[in-house]
Amino acid sequence: MSGESILKVDKLTMRFGGIVAVHELSFAAERRKITALIGPNGAGKTTVFNCITGFYKPSGGTIRLTHDDGRQIALERLNDFRIAKQAKVARTFQNIRLFPGMTALENLMVAQHNALMRASGFTFLGLIGVPTYRSAEASAIALATEWLRRVNLLDRADDAAGNLAYGDQRRLEIARAMCTEPALLCLDEPAAGLNARESAALSELLLSIRNELGTSILLIEHDMSVVMEISDHIVVMDHGMKIAQGSPREVRDDPKVIAAYLGTDEEEAIAVMESGS
Amino acid sequence: MTTIPQTTHASRTAGIPSILKTAVINALVALVLFSLMVGIRTEAGSDGQLTYWTRFGELASLVAVVFGGSIVIELLRQWIGPSGAERLVPPAVHTGMAFVGRFLAPALLIFALLVPVIFYNQRYILDLAILVLTYVMLGWGLNVVVGLAGLLDLGYVAFYAVGAYSYALLATNFGWSFWVCLPLAGILAAFWGMLLGFPVLRLRGDYLAIVTLAFGEIIRLVIINWQELTGGPNGVSGIPRPTLLGIPLDNSDDGLAAKLGIEYSPTHRIVFLFYLILAMALLTNWVTIRLRRLPIGRAWEALREDEVACRALGINTTSTKLTAFATGAMFGGFAGAFFATRQGFISPESFTFQESALVLAIVVLGGMGSQLGVALAALTMIGGFELFRGLETYRMLVFGMAMVLIMIWRPRGLIGHRAPTVFLTKAKAISSDLVKEGHG
Repeated sequence: MSGESILKVDKLTMRFGGIVAVHELSFAAERRKITALIGPNGAGKTTVFNCITGFYKPSGGTIRLTHDDGRQIALERLNDFRIAKQAKVARTFQNIRLFPGMTALENLMVAQHNALMRASGFTFLGLIGVPTYRSAEASAIALATEWLRRVNLLDRADDAAGNLAYGDQRRLEIARAMCTEPALLCLDEPAAGLNARESAALSELLLSIRNELGTSILLIEHDMSVVMEISDHIVVMDHGMKIAQGSPREVRDDPKVIAAYLGTDEEEAIAVMESGS
Repeated sequence: MTTIPQTTHASRTAGIPSILKTAVINALVALVLFSLMVGIRTEAGSDGQLTYWTRFGELASLVAVVFGGSIVIELLRQWIGPSGAERLVPPAVHTGMAFVGRFLAPALLIFALLVPVIFYNQRYILDLAILVLTYVMLGWGLNVVVGLAGLLDLGYVAFYAVGAYSYALLATNFGWSFWVCLPLAGILAAFWGMLLGFPVLRLRGDYLAIVTLAFGEIIRLVIINWQELTGGPNGVSGIPRPTLLGIPLDNSDDGLAAKLGIEYSPTHRIVFLFYLILAMALLTNWVTIRLRRLPIGRAWEALREDEVACRALGINTTSTKLTAFATGAMFGGFAGAFFATRQGFISPESFTFQESALVLAIVVLGGMGSQLGVALAALTMIGGFELFRGLETYRMLVFGMAMVLIMIWRPRGLIGHRAPTVFLTKAKAISSDLVKEGHG
């Protein structure tokens, strides 16, 4: 399994002052698979995400990312933008963070910033309008268009992102993350606030990303219907520690998970878990 | 916005009691305020003792004016409707303004090119036009920092000063020509922009504004106190005038007039300066428009919209901010070099905080990020200063009132909407409600 895993988190610890948000958490995310990180509110899931994507510097432990070519990157040593740029880890946010005053297309163009910067000769060649930059820009627009088509927003390409409906904004944010052409895509509650039909469409989109593009996905989600349907592997957290892991079926039947995740009322917990299956 | 909903009819006609109530409250406030300011007049008597007398008649009439005025304003407000001044403008005017808007920029450009021809004999207007264009250029330069990247810079005048002193000192000490010094002035200003940027860009919002403000003051104080280099408060005088490819524009034998065989006139130089600053301003505009469509420009705007999202997309926010700072500073430096060559004399007094505030006001009034808006705002502000000159003491009062009214009418500046930098089928203007101001 270790050869197959794209991300290995080992004894990750994150302290904020005296509060231990994450305590010696270890798990692995497999390549070309969807790994879900679930747990009750305040379990430390988003903290783990922020450590992986460089927004927090972990207090202890290691995070190893292994690329397709075998190159290993220690994520805990890189800071903020370098993780997205060099390690090719893209993320979305729990509370959507689009560029509301820019169009959907522009949002996807900003995501291709680093590639376009190189093509524009760090602005100098682009300023005088060399043909290589023009062709690079054309292919960037083509990639953006392709993603707009995938997330079904092609007709809203020239509308401001802030004007899109909530569900559309969620999908656009995923498209924007994918435009950075990541090796690992981290999604923080992508189904939050979506209705049943939109959740189903989201599941389909994530499965197509995994199957067609082979991008590994790490997912935080509360919507059990999405988690149970698409996850290959589930890690359950509570109070900053891992309490269970395994396939959706194993996790669903684990009494520890039921007790921790949904409170002590086991009957209610089972009912909710089963409604999601 | 253009249609008045019928449903508000009921709410618009508030009863007479409520109008009277508002008027009475306003009159009471006026009574409290004016009773001391107007009702009782105090003065020092002949022996230094306090003498006072009452003016209850004036007080009563003032309160009555406030009472009547409140009623009139309430009635007007109901007549106009809840959204205020926006409703005053009928839809026909809106479409008319959109039509004008499309041709405004080319029309302004043609007018600018013709100014020296139309006003050839009016030195005052030519000088004013040069001043306006200098501020247009400064506004466009600062627009990169404030309007696009969303970094509030209150010390922009520092770069203007660096540019001006770079040219003045290089030209007077080494005799270098304007055309050599111009790029140097820009590069030096950009260098100072970077130098300022490094420590400052960790800060955000208000803190950034305060530190840039301080930096502007530091540069001015260094200029005042570094007497050996800058001449201190006495400034630098005898700065050479610019030449047209090495041909001076003066009354000498190898001056331009003599070479062309026409009679010399001092206006030649003024016209030359006018076209020089026009060309420099247009270059600033062209570069900015191009930069906006390049990845760096999009990254600036993305930074203004959401810095955290930028970092998650792998954008180096520090270097992106630095380039915005340096680019803005470079244009400020160019404008400074022009200022020095036009004036022939510079001193620290030209680079006070008031200048930074004025340029920032131009950018905010114009609509942050809008090139046309900034040009219009520079014309309004600098032209307005001159227009109200006849009012003498009340000039700033009237001018301030006008500014307040414009900002109430258009809170996001004259041209608030944002034009997208790239589009698939059709470029749609983005409403100013969605565009963020940025906070460092």
